[in-house]
Amino acid sequence: MKESLRKPVLAVGPFHPLQEEMEFYQLTLDGEIVTDIDVRISYNHRGIEKISETLQFDQVPFLVSRICGICSASHPLAYVQAVEEIAGVTPPERALYVRTIINELERVHSHMLWVGLAGHFIGYDTVFMWAWKYREPVLDLLEEITGNRNNYGNVKIGGCREDIPDELVPQLLKELDEIEKKTEMLTKAVLDDPIIHARLKGVGILTNDAAIEYAVTGPTARGSGVAIDVRRDDPYAAYGQLDWNVITEPKGDVFAKAVVRLLETLESIKMTKEALRKLPKGPVTVEVKQIPPGEGCGHAEAPRGETFHYVRSDGGNRPIRHKARAPSYVNVPSFRASCIGQHIADVTITLAAVDPCYSCTERLAVVDSHGSVTHDYDALLKLSREKTERIKKEVL
Amino acid sequence: MNREELIKKLEEVKDKVTAVEQTTDLRIYLSCEAQNAPGICRFLYQDCGCRFVICSCIDADDWFEVLYHFSYDQLGFIITVKAFIRDRQNPAIDSITPSVPGAEWIEREMHDVMGIEFRNHPDMRRLILADDWPQGVYPERKEAKK
Repeated sequence: MKESLRKPVLAVGPFHPLQEEMEFYQLTLDGEIVTDIDVRISYNHRGIEKISETLQFDQVPFLVSRICGICSASHPLAYVQAVEEIAGVTPPERALYVRTIINELERVHSHMLWVGLAGHFIGYDTVFMWAWKYREPVLDLLEEITGNRNNYGNVKIGGCREDIPDELVPQLLKELDEIEKKTEMLTKAVLDDPIIHARLKGVGILTNDAAIEYAVTGPTARGSGVAIDVRRDDPYAAYGQLDWNVITEPKGDVFAKAVVRLLETLESIKMTKEALRKLPKGPVTVEVKQIPPGEGCGHAEAPRGETFHYVRSDGGNRPIRHKARAPSYVNVPSFRASCIGQHIADVTITLAAVDPCYSCTERLAVVDSHGSVTHDYDALLKLSREKTERIKKEVL
Repeated sequence: MNREELIKKLEEVKDKVTAVEQTTDLRIYLSCEAQNAPGICRFLYQDCGCRFVICSCIDADDWFEVLYHFSYDQLGFIITVKAFIRDRQNPAIDSITPSVPGAEWIEREMHDVMGIEFRNHPDMRRLILADDWPQGVYPERKEAKK
């Protein structure tokens, strides 16, 4: 028998009780200490890449914005940048600013969501309620700009689908001032709180070397002192024209990641305001007639890290291959470096510290043990309709 | 390294590369045969200090392509190594996970969905497909029903 099998294994999942997504951690324990971790994902894989190959180039942004409800601006942006690279298209200046504004607001609401959840995970629900209360106006702003709180559907090949009306800008700036004040207050309150210091400092350390070895991205990397940020390294949209800083923290613990996210939130609000003030005049889209044969790589800094899309075209109206990589795909395996050696009580927040997002590129197919597919799309649709009818009868 | 130094450094592996294509200022594609890919990836990761981003696997009609995307973040460069696997019946390539640990999951995924064997991979369990998914059915291949 393998040594690891003789030790107790704590199973967390397949439905995580706290993160409320489909993921399965098996923690091997020696007393209170975690000695090994195995992560199993893909309980809800949706086959986005395969579906994408059946859609036309201009339909794909709507599909990839549904990879993740939170990163619904950065996925389509990375895809669109890859296609624009193939077609050699440069969007108008104003479109680049509109893209920046939407992507930064997305980062603000995503980081606030994480701060709230992190508070909730350590049993500090005041932080949860405050952060989510202050996140709400950010979603309202996104609704004012794009018409949707999530899944904005605003980016398209060659620019943006909708413009930000000039008359809306003063109102948006006023609302952003309010959000900035509240976020500053929340940041100060969280970072000054002795309980949060005591709970998060020195917990779940991902060293600088481990961060490089596991090729992590986003706040997970920057919290371990790896100063990478696609917005600065390979400037896209209007990031090269704005004045902002890459936030890094050297220590690599959960507290460092919290500091990076909170300070980044403030930085993002400042960037959004600057972009709104500098918003150039002109159209937001150029016409793109055809995507020539070729291949392109697009990447964007999503709230959780680098979102990477690779697209290949054969000159037809559909991508012949589309690869999407969400940041959690490289951040989650780093748990092996950050959780082993930790107390079991610290693992919950360590697992949440990379802000994992499991909805990436998932597909659903139920297979029986005899090897044939038992539930295809039509069968699932039928089952779901039957269930709705059943519930209707019970409720109405 | 600046841009010129990086491009000069890449010449160290030119005997392993069959074609070099630069599509934009910041994108380079290096084509090679399957047996040379792990060496080039190790060179990019260990000698050039590139960050491993991800792999894409492509089912072309007569061969498979495994694309290893690396990023040189100081310059925002994306270097893609295109490895051609000519044997469609038993597609196999050496794993890069022993030298590039970040590739562990994506090689398991490509093994699941494309049916490519990664030799010397430390942990070739299924990642994406369910345990009771039938053997020999690869959902990302072209013959799979869309």
